Amino acid sequence: MSRNMRDDRERGGDEGRPGGGGGPHRGGGGRRFRRRKVCRFCLDKVDLIDFKDVKLLQGYVPERSKIMPRRISGSCAPHQRMLAEAIKRARNIALLPYAAD
Amino acid sequence: MAEKRVYEVVFIIDPDTPEEDSARLVENLQNIVTERGGAITRSESMGRRTLAYRVGRKTEGNYWLFEIEGSGSEIAELERRMRVADAVMRYLTVRVDEERQRAEKLKERRARKASKRQSAGGRGGATAGGAAFAPAPVEEEEAGA
Repeated sequence: MSRNMRDDRERGGDEGRPGGGGGPHRGGGGRRFRRRKVCRFCLDKVDLIDFKDVKLLQGYVPERSKIMPRRISGSCAPHQRMLAEAIKRARNIALLPYAAD
Repeated sequence: MAEKRVYEVVFIIDPDTPEEDSARLVENLQNIVTERGGAITRSESMGRRTLAYRVGRKTEGNYWLFEIEGSGSEIAELERRMRVADAVMRYLTVRVDEERQRAEKLKERRARKASKRQSAGGRGGATAGGAAFAPAPVEEEEAGA
């Protein structure tokens, strides 16, 4: 059942072509263009993220005050680590909330 | 004291304590550190801020920041005192010397990369694997290609 549904969807995507097994996923019709995300901290050449910089950190804790994942913010791994650490420190001394109230 | 460590200590003083009391408290804390051989390289008030969440029914707090150089033993005593003091609502100690060293290293590496890129004439990104001190072979390679 579920297999059929998936097949239908794929066929709707690229008509006429048999589904190439194992190939990279390709959205049929309009190819999805996604702007390539670049790490903002790399651009700004940040070496150290300070936990006291509330203004900066607030941009990375959207409404639910969760730490913004890399796939959204586009941060690189080293900077995401620094950022996460800084946010956790800021939470500890009540500069940032643990959870949105 | 084998090595010098650098710490940042942030603490929050209850905003309802009288001005002179909190001033005395801050001074006392500073003395604790210096008595134990630590050096306070920075001591500043970060001002009165609204807390991100309530801490013991309070919604505001006076933030203070110390930067301390020392062995670590003075930090232990300082934290003990802050735990006991009622006016200190919360504190956080962070060791920063290692982080700063790492940041310095990153900065250096970037500077080195930038200067290399300049001397290589814009390209050479693909061959930037190693050889930081051998510009001659790189030039040969470019001339050949």
